[in-house]
Amino acid sequence: MSNQTAFAPTLSRLKRFEWRQNIIYIAFVAVFLLFAVLLRDSGFTNPNNLMNILRQTATITVMAVAMTYVIAAAEIDLSVGSIAGLSSVVTAMSISSWGLVPGIMAGLSVGLVAGAISGGLVAWLKVPSFLVTLGMLGLLVGVARWITASAPIPIADQTYIAIFGGGQLGPVPTIFIWVTLVVGIGAIVMNKTKFGRHVRATGGNLVAAGYTGVKTARVKFIVLMLSGGGAALAGMLYAGRLQSGRFQWGTGDELSVIAAVILGGTSLFGGRGQVIGSLFGAVFIGLINNGLILMGLDVSQQQVVRGAIIILAVALSRKK
Amino acid sequence: MPKELVPVIEMREIGKSFGSNPVLKAVDFSVEVGEVHALAGENGAGKSTLMKILQGVYQKDSGSIYISGSKVEITDTFSAKRVGIGMVFQEFSLIPSLTVAQNIFLTNEPTKYGLIRDSKAKSLATELFKTMEVDLDPGRLVESLPTALWQLTEIAKALAQDAKILIMDEPTASLAKHETEGLFSLIQRLKKKGISIIYISHRMDEIYRIADRITVLRDGSRVLTSRLEDLTPEKIVEAIVGRESSAHLLHRDRSENISEEIVLELENLTCGSKVQGVSLKLRRGEILGLAGLMGSGRTELVNTVFGVLRPTSGTISINGKRIKNNSPADAILNRIALIPEDRRSQGLVLDHPVTENLTLPLIDQLTVAGLLSSKKALKKSQEIIKHFEIKLAHPAITVGSLSGGNQQRVVIGKWLATDPEILMMDEPTAGVDIGTKGEILDLVRTIANSGKSVILISSELPELLSVSDRILVMKDGRVSKSLDRKEIPNEEYLQLAIQGAS
Repeated sequence: MSNQTAFAPTLSRLKRFEWRQNIIYIAFVAVFLLFAVLLRDSGFTNPNNLMNILRQTATITVMAVAMTYVIAAAEIDLSVGSIAGLSSVVTAMSISSWGLVPGIMAGLSVGLVAGAISGGLVAWLKVPSFLVTLGMLGLLVGVARWITASAPIPIADQTYIAIFGGGQLGPVPTIFIWVTLVVGIGAIVMNKTKFGRHVRATGGNLVAAGYTGVKTARVKFIVLMLSGGGAALAGMLYAGRLQSGRFQWGTGDELSVIAAVILGGTSLFGGRGQVIGSLFGAVFIGLINNGLILMGLDVSQQQVVRGAIIILAVALSRKK
Repeated sequence: MPKELVPVIEMREIGKSFGSNPVLKAVDFSVEVGEVHALAGENGAGKSTLMKILQGVYQKDSGSIYISGSKVEITDTFSAKRVGIGMVFQEFSLIPSLTVAQNIFLTNEPTKYGLIRDSKAKSLATELFKTMEVDLDPGRLVESLPTALWQLTEIAKALAQDAKILIMDEPTASLAKHETEGLFSLIQRLKKKGISIIYISHRMDEIYRIADRITVLRDGSRVLTSRLEDLTPEKIVEAIVGRESSAHLLHRDRSENISEEIVLELENLTCGSKVQGVSLKLRRGEILGLAGLMGSGRTELVNTVFGVLRPTSGTISINGKRIKNNSPADAILNRIALIPEDRRSQGLVLDHPVTENLTLPLIDQLTVAGLLSSKKALKKSQEIIKHFEIKLAHPAITVGSLSGGNQQRVVIGKWLATDPEILMMDEPTAGVDIGTKGEILDLVRTIANSGKSVILISSELPELLSVSDRILVMKDGRVSKSLDRKEIPNEEYLQLAIQGAS
């Protein structure tokens, strides 16, 4: 299988190209072209439509970047959707009571604290992250409904809405600035810093990483806390775009987020983390959602087709 | 130069107990600069505990450790690394999804402005491999490397951390012959650079080839330390096993137990490129040994007979009747059993109780009105436990908590309880100590004497020679030689046949 006599550098580079890991880019282009042709009369390639796709996937993208770290460390975070919902609610309530900055701080803290609790349980009490965050998922929705009596909390602060929602900085929508920042920092930290390397080492071989001197418990704690922080930011972006905080914002997003990360080439078994891939994975899911709507499929049909496409893409991107 | 005379490691009167059970009793152990020091002993003799104390995984209860003459306290793995102790793990300790260079410098990554410089790491690794005289591209992902190169990467990783002492635990266990040669010449070069190596191995020929001195532990005490040129292999074995003789390794003629009746016949059995046109006949009561290098197709052959792999052509007949094994379930119905190579992953559910493991293949016989009867299961497993003398506190404890030898008995017991006519065993003595090995070999003889036929794969030639009535040598998926036991004068002859030299 491993033919070690590479004849020319190009040949070996070609062999090393892991098409399975990069399937997202191929799939992305293929689906984009397919929709561009099929839906040319429905305005798929209309810049406004494309812009909308990006806008709608921004929250998933932000959560997917953080989730990339969690999955690369061979853990999972099922609570991101709930954290987003709770954070949107807490932000909205805090803004109306105490003002803009405390509101933002409160919203972000909700995510970091929830993430730190999960992270602590996983890192030091060795509770599987699947169970901890599954519990968190339910718990946090409950809290969000409780403190709001399940009612939406409107946000009137225009500065907040400009920063986290529909505002522009010159010609650039602020939401894109958020996405660019999160993806950019996420990609550099993953590929170019010790922390990113240690995340992948922890997920790749926990025992070996520990013996080599990687502080694996700390790594697990930090990735889950960051995931909580990322989810909180996503919740605040929901709140900005929809000008309110509501416990439903983000409900069910964990599935799209995990699918985006896996589609992007991050191994569900840990050890690999592709932040840029996660971005494309998230936009890919948005692309499919949009295309299916334009095709005129109803919600139930969309769900079936979307599920099938994700299963297919994940199956193809799986290693071996 | 008096400095040369100071040993690089000196462990004095090291004592260690787990609970009330002493595992090391005032053990002295020292290694000179640039020396290869072999460490031998049965499983449980204390070798690995001693080494774990040196690596900071365990703490000693008493005694002292000196590194290059000065007293040190090794409190954790980090302090062990700081004083220059590097470990080449038996079970590899690399991150498969990172490159060779990234692994070598894990936690010591060269950085600039907080960002890792992978190109720098790569060039440092290239230089390191140059001094090791090893040709390996540090940019490759570890998972894409063959196992031999994993080990070299581990050695490089230890050297990059300025290790003065390398601990190698069974380093050749997963290497092919030519890879072993490569490792040995690397060890010679490391010696010349003043690096000391503690070499843990069960293989006598290797110890004689590369070690300068040997220390043998038995029951937690040091029983021998000597230069190898002053020692005969018999002396070493005696030190390792103590009073026990190695009678189980003597071949006994068992031709009166073998009938002429052919139980299993393979004709031109082929499975992909791994098994190519193998024909053989197995008689009732016979023990047929399969010899060959790793990758010669032995494991694939028994897996094909057992229905794990599908034959691409050829036939399998049992008692003269052609059969098709599409799955292990079919093979079990045809009264074939296979004890797989890796008992931990293929033969046992380690987290499950002994009872459940023992009765898994028998599950159909243990039901009452369609439901499993735990009473029946317990009764059946107690029978098996008694028959195979499995030592355990209670059948409800998990298999994972048993010793290696007892685990192997559970596997054997489990399969023999299905009453197979043909028992195939793939490396049944791998990872068990010499005492248990003897018991397993005796068990194989007993099984064959009771009229069953056995196919035995083993890479340990003395053991293959001691029990087999006939030995087939496999090479590149084919049977390259079929030898009656009487035609084989000694181990060297068989070794040459395996290497393809005769």
